[in-house]
Amino acid sequence: MEQYTRNQKILWGIGTVVVLFYALIPVIWILSLSLKTPETIGDQSFWPKEWTLENYSAVFEEGLGFNRAIINSIGIALITTVLALAFASMAAYAITRLDFPGKTLILAGALAVSMFPAISVVGGLFNVWRVVGLYDTWPGLILPYLSFALPLSIYTLSAFFREIPWDLEKAAQMDGATGMQAFRRVILPLAMPGVFTAGILAFIAAWNDFLFANVLTSTDAARTAPVALSFFRGASQFTDPSGAIAAGAVVVTIPILIMVLIFQRRIVSGLTSGAVKG
Amino acid sequence: MADIVLDRVTKTYSDGYTAVKDLNLEIADGEFMILVGPSGCGKSTALNMIAGLEDISSGELRIGGEVVNKKAPRDRDIAMVFQSYALYPHMTVRDNIAFALKLAKRPQSEIDSKVNEAADILDLQNHLDRKPANLSGGQRQRVAMGRAIVRNPKAFLMDEPLSNLDAKLRVQMRAEVARIQHRLNTTTVYVTHDQTEAMTLGDRVAIMLHGVLQQVASPMELYNNPKNLFVAGFIGSPGMNFLPATIDNGVAKLPMVDIKLPQDVAERIGRVDAGKNLVAGIRPEDFEDARHVGVDQRERGTTFKTKFDLVEAMGAEYYVHFPAGDSTVESAQVDDLLADAGGVAELSDQGAVVVARLDAESRVKVGEETEVWVDATKLHFFDADTGEALSSR
Amino acid sequence: MAVAAETAQATTPTQHTGLTDRAKAERKLAYILCAPAVLVMALVAGFPILYAFWLSLRREDLRFPDAGEFVGLSNYIAVLTSSTWWGAFTNTMIITVVSVLLELVLGMLIAQAMYRAIFARTAIRASVLVPYGAVTVVAAFAWRLAFDPATGFATSLFNLEPPPLTTHWGSMVVIITAEVWKTTPFIALLLLGGLALIPDDLYKAAKMDGASAWQRFVKITLPLIKPALMVAVLFRTLDAFRIYDSLFIITRGANDTESVSLLGYEQLVNRLNLGLGSAVSILIFICVMIIAFIFFRFLGASPERR
Repeated sequence: MEQYTRNQKILWGIGTVVVLFYALIPVIWILSLSLKTPETIGDQSFWPKEWTLENYSAVFEEGLGFNRAIINSIGIALITTVLALAFASMAAYAITRLDFPGKTLILAGALAVSMFPAISVVGGLFNVWRVVGLYDTWPGLILPYLSFALPLSIYTLSAFFREIPWDLEKAAQMDGATGMQAFRRVILPLAMPGVFTAGILAFIAAWNDFLFANVLTSTDAARTAPVALSFFRGASQFTDPSGAIAAGAVVVTIPILIMVLIFQRRIVSGLTSGAVKG
Repeated sequence: MADIVLDRVTKTYSDGYTAVKDLNLEIADGEFMILVGPSGCGKSTALNMIAGLEDISSGELRIGGEVVNKKAPRDRDIAMVFQSYALYPHMTVRDNIAFALKLAKRPQSEIDSKVNEAADILDLQNHLDRKPANLSGGQRQRVAMGRAIVRNPKAFLMDEPLSNLDAKLRVQMRAEVARIQHRLNTTTVYVTHDQTEAMTLGDRVAIMLHGVLQQVASPMELYNNPKNLFVAGFIGSPGMNFLPATIDNGVAKLPMVDIKLPQDVAERIGRVDAGKNLVAGIRPEDFEDARHVGVDQRERGTTFKTKFDLVEAMGAEYYVHFPAGDSTVESAQVDDLLADAGGVAELSDQGAVVVARLDAESRVKVGEETEVWVDATKLHFFDADTGEALSSR
Repeated sequence: MAVAAETAQATTPTQHTGLTDRAKAERKLAYILCAPAVLVMALVAGFPILYAFWLSLRREDLRFPDAGEFVGLSNYIAVLTSSTWWGAFTNTMIITVVSVLLELVLGMLIAQAMYRAIFARTAIRASVLVPYGAVTVVAAFAWRLAFDPATGFATSLFNLEPPPLTTHWGSMVVIITAEVWKTTPFIALLLLGGLALIPDDLYKAAKMDGASAWQRFVKITLPLIKPALMVAVLFRTLDAFRIYDSLFIITRGANDTESVSLLGYEQLVNRLNLGLGSAVSILIFICVMIIAFIFFRFLGASPERR
């Protein structure tokens, strides 16, 4: 890397600070709002003048159903992730390593599915789910979530599988392994970092969904945290729900942020692995 | 153990490219067969077809008398050593070697004893619990060998197993591979692009070019009686010198000298039309400094005077380069040889250059006129159009 | 040497016709491995689209369940002749074009800052991932509450009058801001990946040749990261065109800020008019496919990662 002049250093230093501000201000703002007391919530200042955890205890009160929504979100996102990884790693292995007619069709299909607008899919599901009893249930959300988690995982995992040397697979075949054994005992253990990365991306995507959950749920049975958040109203029509919303928003965001920060390397490599190679 | 027979085996890819054409090869039980040729000649494809890693487009492959064209690799009972070694990075050396036996569900006691036996042969006892990443190149290569021999298979297939080692280690491991093969006496097919490995290791050597088998014979037979220009140029280092020539009345006209052909050479090459375009081949070691040729030897050949452009003192011998006229040999097979050598032609601007190996005692100098003797009984002649060796047979 | 074990049975006459055991087993395994993923995608993406198309050709209103009948293209005619659709379409296009352009410029700057960062490299990358990790709904709330006339710090801080969320263009600005904030990191990371692949020597060589910083950017950086750039822009454009979450939270369509996705939602879920709603859905689907086609065909984006 080249040497920088003093002016360049100052310039990039300022740039760095601006980027930090840009990225963090909204999150700090919502955190600060969640710590304001009901009396000061309308004071329009960035930092709270009086600190309180009142909003957090309000969020977790039984009546709001937020506890249940968090459990729904975690459960649904986790099951979606596990299923997507299982199905996608199988498909990605076949696509990258096996020779069969229809391979490009499957890849193109997965790509097309990843581009489908959720709104175009959700109407049909809304109608069918009510008939077959999947409306307002966990499976009723997990299935549509797979429609975006699967293509995402297939593409991420394919990029990782391609990095594993072909010779290892040939060696396994020569050693007497069936295709399934070569996959399970040689390829999968080596692709674990990729599986993990794909899992994080799929989990974040499922956790982030709003449209499917908003349309396909109606009660606490399956309503996820983002939807529950959008339903927050004040205790009476004169109470401002902003504090509770902010607290709920922080609760929804913090676990994901911690995960993102711990696994930032993997996420960056996962997001860029496919696209960059072009 | 078993013999391997390739009967008119052809590999054509779906894009129409034919990698191997009508390959006939019979590898006897216990034989060490080398497949050699420049990259892209089809040798690895041929090996992969024997392994079952690539499908055979047409023809028949028999191992131990049984047609195995459609058998999966795991049902062929053959082991393979890869150029990249293909060691499983997540397993210890012990698990790498034992993997095939575990898949075959052998009892644990048998696995242990076989792994230990293999480790003994390959001097790996102290490394059994390490991961491949922590091994040196030579150790990894030995683990790859261990993985093959532990199964006691019908045949070993080796795909350039030594080419990732540095030069010194390669010579050492070459000896070790030969030793192990003799000890186990297992049929072995060994692919390489290195003619030295081919010459030193093989019972027989099969030379391939553009998917076609050129010649299969023992190393010395290939060296002494190459069937065409390509084989002649590929075997031996430095390579054979090729010069344009004609034969008239039992006299070969070469750019630097006319040579009266001895009786046995004339009989060997048969009748040749006067004025027909030929290529003469002379190996560097068939030249000598005339002062160091004994009287009895001298009459087997002819002498001529030349000046050397370049003298390389190797200690045990000299390599000298001298020009040989303006005309160069033009032939498709010579082009193939050049491509294999990286396209660097010594025939550069002033026509053909001849490389000769001279005795260490000759103390020749650049630019000094020297009398050089050439052994006429060792001359090779090839048809300039087809590249085939002239032969009365 | 060709490594790929391609099958050639179809093209060459052989004495052993048909597939080898290996090829047969390979094919069978491949189909077994792909089956679950393909079936699920067909069930939850393929089928609903076809079903929506069928619904869009019918009068289907859940408030009048027995009145369903085939009406041909009249739903589409109704949608395409309504000012609501064209208003929503215009809004969506404005949001898409403006936010993707802003994201590109900002993303490029941030990618450069990350690439050239002298201080706090990790801190920058970590902080840039914060918007990516933040749930869209939460990001939307953060921006809405910031500009909220009652609670927001931004309205009074910048002395905005009238409050932005009470006007059409003010709301559009807040929506676009939220969208840009949330998704710029994605672009920045993809571009950073592209930048990392450009050898430093190229810049040195260009410097020696006398290229200015701007020339180096235009002549070296841009052409070399074009593949990464086009893929990023394609995915972001499709994403922005489908905007729903943040709009739902920030204005819910108030001040004429409805997007096409929100319009579809209103028809399907609030008015329970499945026929009309499905027509909107299918139109959105067609728009997305046209955008993708334009990118593939004319702009050279190829997310085929082989």
